[in-house]
Amino acid sequence: MTDIPTWRDGNANADFTDRTIPARAGAGLKPSHIDQILQDDYRIGFLEVHAENYMGDGGAPHRALTAIRQNFPLSVHGVGLSIGSEKGLDEEHIARLKRVVDRYEPGLVSEHLAWSTHDTSYYNDLLPVPYDRATLDRVCAHIERVQDVLGRTIILENPSTYVQFEQSSMSETEFISEIARRTGCGLLLDINNVFVSATNQKYRPLTYLSQFPLEKVEEIHLAGHATDIDDEGDPLLIDAHDRPVDDEVWKLYDIVIGQMGPVPTLIEWDNDVPEWPVLRREALRAEGILEKRSANYLLGSRHAAAG
Amino acid sequence: MSKKTLVGASAVAGAVAMALSGATLVASTTAASAKEKCYGVSLAGQNDCAAGPGTTCAGTSTVDYQGNAWKLVENGTCATMELPGGRVGSLEPLDRDIPA
Amino acid sequence: MPRPDNIGDAGESESAVTLGRFSGALLDPGQPTPAGLVGPNGKKADKRYNVYRNNVTVGLIGALFDIYPAIHRLVGDEFFRAMARSYVRERQPQSPLLFRYGGDFAEFLERFEPVRELAYLPDVARLERAWLHAFHAADAPPLDSAALAAIAPEELADQRFIAHPATRILRSRFAAVSIFSANRSGADLAGIDPGNAEDGLVTRREFDVEVRSLPGGGAEFLLALIDGGTLGEAADAATAVTQDFDLAAAIGAMLEAGAFTAIATRD
Repeated sequence: MTDIPTWRDGNANADFTDRTIPARAGAGLKPSHIDQILQDDYRIGFLEVHAENYMGDGGAPHRALTAIRQNFPLSVHGVGLSIGSEKGLDEEHIARLKRVVDRYEPGLVSEHLAWSTHDTSYYNDLLPVPYDRATLDRVCAHIERVQDVLGRTIILENPSTYVQFEQSSMSETEFISEIARRTGCGLLLDINNVFVSATNQKYRPLTYLSQFPLEKVEEIHLAGHATDIDDEGDPLLIDAHDRPVDDEVWKLYDIVIGQMGPVPTLIEWDNDVPEWPVLRREALRAEGILEKRSANYLLGSRHAAAG
Repeated sequence: MSKKTLVGASAVAGAVAMALSGATLVASTTAASAKEKCYGVSLAGQNDCAAGPGTTCAGTSTVDYQGNAWKLVENGTCATMELPGGRVGSLEPLDRDIPA
Repeated sequence: MPRPDNIGDAGESESAVTLGRFSGALLDPGQPTPAGLVGPNGKKADKRYNVYRNNVTVGLIGALFDIYPAIHRLVGDEFFRAMARSYVRERQPQSPLLFRYGGDFAEFLERFEPVRELAYLPDVARLERAWLHAFHAADAPPLDSAALAAIAPEELADQRFIAHPATRILRSRFAAVSIFSANRSGADLAGIDPGNAEDGLVTRREFDVEVRSLPGGGAEFLLALIDGGTLGEAADAATAVTQDFDLAAAIGAMLEAGAFTAIATRD
């Protein structure tokens, strides 16, 4: 049992565990799971939070996250920077992200290849960007700005997409590879997003993965998706994070880990959130694959070495 | 310089003294109950509700973006309160929200 | 149409889908899918674009459900959802901090015709907004009664206080506090007379937000202190509206609620 911090012991200078995210399975943190996570005999490898939910001034969210951080490695996943924005980044928001990062010392800081703010309106969804030169230059400049302010590299996540832009002049993997090369940022490979986008855009996920710069991947995301159909009746997958990871996505994950060795792997479940044991079961399934691959991954990897 | 107030300084001092004799009790019971609190959803009555919205990085499979015409269903609690004049507070049918 | 020379210099073509056009149709199902968006092999993208429309709309409606649970309970699921959808189309969040969304939902309710009869609704919404503000407000210790006990009796009336960051006061012509509390705790509303004016105090001593209704004069008393008035001045303000104002009870309640964080030091 952990002592409950009050405002007196505060959390600004709390004593945190190791910053390194181990090459194990982690889970997206939901407030309803916090007590069970802290009391569980199974120690999850790490937890991940959305940065924006901890940008309030104080109160219960910070108290809970402090308790988590005192016991587990943490990764911070931003959803509101709008890196693809046409009209520049919100400097105030970068400063807020820096405060969260400075306070909680996460092992990884990630954001999305997407936009969500236009003019002053925030749309609360990860909207797609065209893959052209102008957007590439802009996204790179934005990532460099964020990395400058934070004083560290971030990792960028590949999106789930439902449409394409006629103006796109390169593939998503070319676009992402070029961003990583120019800015030095790492990558977050969301394998469910690969599967969703590949199905929606009619390419093979393995082709995408073979073109993806796996050597720059520092974290993997896994989640469940929903199935719909498009105007012509073809499958249209929705990145809903509301159910277990699909078997096809597990297969791809096994292949990726077999190729690159163990990597920190997050189970995301954001809608219709189940009881903690259900999420834990998904995490254990990922750990099973990580352990199996770790055993026969003779060369090891920088992740395994660092963890 | 203190301004002269209608409620005299001694009345204020007396009220503070009376309040403090009760306040000590309050402070100690609050401290004791803090130990039983959980991190997730608070146990204290009114705080049982959701702690506001969180951000999302997921899409949704619930479809609700069109302005479908809808019928009023009186399933809220507002109808259980009586308004002055014996009326019951009720909702007007909303029909200006026409489907696209 | 000619374009200014300073845009398009990065190689965008005339047909480029700007993010402005992409976002412009997101909350208006009456608009067509923005030109330049396609499915694989150039196929139609209407249902595909609608996925984004749906994500945005459902996400923001969900945020309003989370911020205004008492309003939701008062008007019911279906009505709240439709009302929230109307609001979402009018007002997009102005910050990526979603808990700041819906700041003027109370004003929206004031002019939203279908809830005209429920005149208390805007004040209940204001109380819910104050609750969420308090939930996220900065941490600060509640005023220690020992600090007050340490002051010489003859100087007590001259003391000023610093409000806790969470503290808010709501004055309502309606029974907003009772309606709020009953709906949040799931209690029966049958005994409540909505036309009964109530003042509410929202505080957070440590991590739990508390909402209580104030007796006559209580709001005047606390507002005077929050405005930087002395204890004596606040007592006057309260007594002016409520002759039998119970000062000792008010001071006790203010300490118990943690409405203030410290005694202001003299300048």
